[in-house]
Amino acid sequence: MPQTEKLEESPKGRLSRDIQRKIGQQLRAMYTDVVNEGVPDRFADLLRRLDDKNK
Amino acid sequence: MPAQDDMREAMLAAVPNLRAFAVSLCGDMDRANDLVQETLLRAWAHQDSFEPGTNMSAWLFTILRNHFRTEYRKRRREVEDADGGYAERLTSPEAQTGHVEFGELREALLHLPPDQREALILVGASGFSYEEAARICECAVGTIKSRVNRARKKLAELLTIELEHEAEVEHELLIRRAV
Repeated sequence: MPQTEKLEESPKGRLSRDIQRKIGQQLRAMYTDVVNEGVPDRFADLLRRLDDKNK
Repeated sequence: MPAQDDMREAMLAAVPNLRAFAVSLCGDMDRANDLVQETLLRAWAHQDSFEPGTNMSAWLFTILRNHFRTEYRKRRREVEDADGGYAERLTSPEAQTGHVEFGELREALLHLPPDQREALILVGASGFSYEEAARICECAVGTIKSRVNRARKKLAELLTIELEHEAEVEHELLIRRAV
């Protein structure tokens, strides 16, 4: 019997694995969304100003 | 120390990831941008402390993370002084970020303790290894692993009702397609 238990995942086990997978996907999607916004002008400007000051 | 132009380029290239990390930590895009700005200023002022050949991105993440932690402690003290509670002061993340789509996830993230939140984001979204995340957070690798596990468990609890439903629907569809 223990062998069948190993082979057949309980619905609860499947569910929690699905949930973890979904959370992982959502987390990466949320993060990538912001990464894809690129570099806002204020940061390019800031670094240019700092750079100029040092030259 | 790398040539100054290289330094600038490398810092610029890290900005998108720094913003994503910052907003995941604090749940507010305006504040995230301020965190990134402060990080760049500090990094620029301390260029000498960057070791050439090491990971520039990890170095910048460390600066941002430390700055966030200091700010977080300061803010919490201020808020607690004002009304004795912190959680109640969290306003809707949708309103703060403009990213409606991930509103529930963002809100759930804010309910994690900051050490679990940062560990989960670094490993689960930024793509750092456990070892790199441990260096950024200045703790042991095992500590990072257990924080990530606890964060995942807690997020699952917070998001389960909605996701259970989604997973069920998806599973039903798969079964139907297979039949």
